[in-house]
This record gives sequence, C-alpha cells and structure tokens, in this order.
Amino acid sequence: MATLAVETRGLSRRYGRRWALADVSLEVPAGSVTMLAGRNGSGKSTLLRVLATALRPDHGEALVLGHDIRRSRDAVRRKVALLAHQSFLYEALTARENLQVAASFLGRDAEGALLDRVGLGTRADDPVASFSAGMRKRLSLARVLLQQAELVLLDEPYGELDPPGFALLDGVIGELRQRGATVVMATHLVDRGRLLCDRALLLEEGRLAWSGPAREMPAEAPGGSVHA
Amino acid sequence: MGNSRWPFVTAGLGLALLVWGSVWGLFYAPREVYMGDVQRIMYVHVPTAWNAMLVLTFAFACAVLSLLRGGWGWDARLEAAVEGGVVLSALLCTQGSIWARPTWGVWWDWDPRLTTTAVLLFAFAGILALRGFVDDPVKRAVWTAVAVVIAYVDVPLVYFSVRWWNSLHQLQSTPETVSRAFHWPLRINAFGVLFLMIGLVELRARLAWQRRAAESAPPLPSGVAVATGRL
Amino acid sequence: MERTRARDAGRGAGRERSRLSGFLAALRKDLLLQWRTRAQFVAVFVFGATALLLFSFAIGPDAAALRQHSAGFLWLGLLLSSTLALADSFESEVQHRALEGLLLLPADPRALYYGKALANVLQLTVLGVGLVPVIVVLYDAFTARIPALLAIIVLGAAGLSAPGTLYSAMTAQMRARNTLLPLLLFPLVVPALLAAVKSTSLLILGDPMGQLTSWVALLVAFDAVYWSLCGLVFERVVED
Repeated sequence: MATLAVETRGLSRRYGRRWALADVSLEVPAGSVTMLAGRNGSGKSTLLRVLATALRPDHGEALVLGHDIRRSRDAVRRKVALLAHQSFLYEALTARENLQVAASFLGRDAEGALLDRVGLGTRADDPVASFSAGMRKRLSLARVLLQQAELVLLDEPYGELDPPGFALLDGVIGELRQRGATVVMATHLVDRGRLLCDRALLLEEGRLAWSGPAREMPAEAPGGSVHA
Repeated sequence: MGNSRWPFVTAGLGLALLVWGSVWGLFYAPREVYMGDVQRIMYVHVPTAWNAMLVLTFAFACAVLSLLRGGWGWDARLEAAVEGGVVLSALLCTQGSIWARPTWGVWWDWDPRLTTTAVLLFAFAGILALRGFVDDPVKRAVWTAVAVVIAYVDVPLVYFSVRWWNSLHQLQSTPETVSRAFHWPLRINAFGVLFLMIGLVELRARLAWQRRAAESAPPLPSGVAVATGRL
Repeated sequence: MERTRARDAGRGAGRERSRLSGFLAALRKDLLLQWRTRAQFVAVFVFGATALLLFSFAIGPDAAALRQHSAGFLWLGLLLSSTLALADSFESEVQHRALEGLLLLPADPRALYYGKALANVLQLTVLGVGLVPVIVVLYDAFTARIPALLAIIVLGAAGLSAPGTLYSAMTAQMRARNTLLPLLLFPLVVPALLAAVKSTSLLILGDPMGQLTSWVALLVAFDAVYWSLCGLVFERVVED
C-alpha cells in the first residue's frame, strides 16, 4: 500500500514579479528519502517552506500527510519539522534553553541526551551567540529531532557542517528512515544524494524539471555536482 | 476595477455644487451678527468635517473587508480612502487655524474635535508612511488594513480623552458651536464635497489597482492562473 | 458521527488547556529573554532618566513649574523609552526567524502575543517605577498614595504595551523600523497618555474634585479595547 506523504498540484508562489514556484505538481511516497536538487534560486527553499506551511501558495494545492496545507495548517505543522537556512534560535539563550523553549510549546520535556546526540553535550549551557555556524546547525537539527515529526524537511543540511557533522546527518537520516518517517532533503551534494536517497526531484526556475529514482538523477545536474 | 466615466461625472457635479455653495455662503449669505464674516468659514468647515469622518469610516469598512475577503479591490479603495482622509483632516486643521487666529488670537485653540482631527491626521499619515515601506504587496495590504482598524477604533477614545482634558479650561468655541448657519449653502457644500470625494476616491482607487496589477507577476506561462492576487 | 463529536469535544477541552500552557510557555520564554538581555534594559532606563533631565532644562530651574509638569514628564520619558524597549523585544524574534520557528511547532499566535505583551508590561512597569525616584529628586514630585501610583503605572504600561507589541512585531520585519514604530504608536496612545498623565498629576498635586476615578476608567477602557483587539489581529501580522 503506497501512501503519499506529499502530493501537490499546480503549486505556485511568487516574489514580486517573479514566480519562485510555478505550477509544481509532485508526489513524495511515504517513508521514502527524497532529494530535492536544483540551482540556486530554483525554488527549493520556497517549496520546502510552502510544504511546512511557513508560506502560503498563491495558487495550487498540496496535501501533506493527508492534510490540506491551506485548511489544516496546524495539523500539518504538528507532523512536519523543517530545518531551514535560518536557525530559529534565540541568540541570548543557551543551547539547552533553546531546546527547552521548543519543548515547552510541544508539551513535552527536552531530553538532555538530544544535545549529546548532536555533539553539543559539552556546550549545552553556552549561549548560542558564542556558537559557530556549524554548531548552530547541529542545534537546529536537535530541535528538529525533538519534534518527532513524520515528515522531515531539510534545506541544505550539509552546508556549514564539518565531516563529523556529515556523518551525524547521514546517521540521522538513516534513523528517520528506520522509524518510518519521510525525508525531503534539498541539497547541492548530488552524488551524496544519489547514495542516500530513494528518489530525486529536480527544480529549474520554479518548475519541476525531472523526477525519478535518485540513482538515475541526470549527471549533468545544473545544481552543480559537488563530489562529497 | 471598472473603467466607466461615472467618477468624473460625480466629481464634476460635486465641484459644481461646491462652487455654488461656497460662493453663496462666503459672499451672499446673511452676515452673522456676533462673529462677522469670519464665521463664514463654517460653510466650508462643517462639510469638510462631515466628509472627513465619512471617508475615514469608509476606510475602516474597506480595511475590514480587505482582511476578511482579500483581493486587491478593497486594498486599492483603502489606499484611496486613507489618502482622502489625510487630505481632509489637513484641510480641517487649516480651516480651524484660519478661524482661530482672528477670533482668539492664537493659531490653535485645542478644541476637542479639532485636536482629535490632528491626532487622526498623524495616525493616518503614519499609515501612509507604513505603506511606503512595505515591499510585499500582500503584506502591505494586510498590515495597513490592521493599522486602519486599530486607528479607527481609537477615534472615540481620543475624542473623549481630549474633551475631558480640555474641559478643565473654558470650553473654546468653534465655528460650529458659535451660531446657527443659514442652512442651504451648508447643505449644498456638504453634498458638493461628498460627490467630489466619491469621484476622487474612486479614481484614486483605480490608480492604486493598476499599480498593484503592474507590480504583480504576469500570469503563469502555463496559463494556470491570472495574477489576481490573494490575501 | 458520535465518535467525531466526542473527539471534537475532547479536542475543544484540550485546546483550552493547550492555549493556557502555550501562553505560559510564551511568557516564560519572554521573561527569560528579558532577563538575559537585562544590560540593554539598563541602557533604556538611563535613556529615560536622561530624557527627564533634559525636560527640566527645557523648563528651567523653576521648582513650582517643574512640579506642576512632573507627571507629564514622567510619562513622556516613559513613552520615549518604551519605543526602545518594545523594538528590542522583537529583535531576538526576527534575527533568526525564531518566532516563525515557534509558529511552525505549532504554537498559537495569540499565546505568543499575550506572552510577549505581558512581559513588556512588566518591563515598562519596572521602567516606570524606576523613573519615579528620578522625578521625586528632579521635580520635587512626591505622592503618598504609592499603591495608586503603582496601579496607574501598570495600567499605563499596559496601554503602551498592547499596541506597541503588535506594531513592534510588524515593524521588526521591515526597514526603517526605528522610525515607523514611534510614528505609528504615538498618535494611537494619546488617550492612554492623557489619562495616565492626568491620573498621575492628580496624585502628585492633589485631587480636590475627585476626578481620578474617571481618568483611571478611561485608561482601563483603552486597555480593555486594545488587549482584545491586538490579540485578535496578531496572527495576520506575523503569519504569511
């Protein structure tokens, strides 16, 4: 029984005079790990933000885990976690406090083990203002894991991470897959994506240019293959 | 938004009425016994005051509809109505000063109604400034609608607070409270300003509508949708 | 159908509980943020005290005149300082899109508004209370009715905080934010300002005609209107 985690039809969103997403119709099977590839400015971040209900589409529809993104926004938000370019963090608070704030809105406690999991155990009580970009990424990842979401949207998660961070992320994606969660990952690292992901989607200027199994992803992907 | 000529007709009619009423009131109406010719400003001041309140109420209605229904139409009318309200409020304050100077020897007499108008002038001018600094048309529409609702709800509160504040001193008189005017020029002018404002606001709204259409993206190449906008 | 109704009823009760817990979570978050950024708050207080000093230079060393206008100066100083404090309150929320992050958890926008607005009332109250000794010293403005003065400061702070928090959320997302916040806020809070100034003045200079209750009633009415209205529209201001 193949259910769809994401189903969109004619999804469109503009910024000023430009269509960031133009008539995007795609499907993401439940439990899969999907790579979202494309050049800078092709609409990857916009698509992820629309699916996370951070943005409303100008036209078109989408069902995320069976819920309409326009009509059942809260239901979608409860089941979806987004790792975005912006960290969603409070500079003045410590790593532990940032997690506690998120946890308090989720109605649960933040397990300290989460910070150890992402390699921030020793820096748990330092203010985020003192963190490097890579450390902030790890903390944002911990925040995503806290949400225990069924659909995890990752926007260029490998950026800013060091090699141990890459391994951490690979491990997290593996765990999410084992747990039965669906992952959609926007990335420039096409080669890595081919290995990790089941399926791939290619965006070009806001349109869906190609979709299919990840290993069949065109080699000359305009996203620029960075061998990693 | 429509393309018909009715706003021009309405504005033209309003202007004609305004000229008729003003000439009558300012030159031919009977001279007021106690105040003299200065009181004649009432023939312009009272109609301006009525219409200022009317156009700002219309702005409030547009703001509520813009928030509830969306679409560019109500936002365009809102922009026009707020501008109209700012112009009329500025006129009211100017007229008030013109009356106050020869009467009381000061340019501003802190009359509650006029002071409320001054506060409204700043509030709505601020909302126009807000519009100028928001680039995203959708956000601009939602935020200015919210700001107009909030400012409009404040009007009775401002009026009562200023009235109590001023009542400790002698209640200053205004052109309105002083004497009973000769009715006809007043009524003609009231309708004159009303029609003029209706015509001008509609024309200004059309301009805003066209600007919105110009700054929105063209329709999607696949012909999926026309850029009518959403709120 | 029965199951749906029962589930919706349960959901309704759950929603009430979660709204309150959301509000408490937001309040805790904002109080923690304020505590962490208390150095900035000290700077705002110093700004307010300096403003009070400058007002007295504008009047001159006329003790009677200074005392006469002390209430006005206090609230003007508080108003000017409030724009700094209110703008700061949303700085941390937009820097890394933290507010959006909370909304996506999901968090109820109304809870986020009331938590932030209440934390701002607390901060402005502390500011106001801190400026009282300054006017006692500079303007010889004293009142024995301390509880009443505290109540008026709280009510006035609430009047500034309700629309101030809303507009701060709005302007934090735009350019020219430092100019637009006072531009939008100042005309709006005239009734609260007048009521707070008159009430404070009556406490300092005496209230022979018993007008205090009317002015306080106006302040309460302003607060009631704006605390309900701004909470309602906050979602439209922060959500796309």
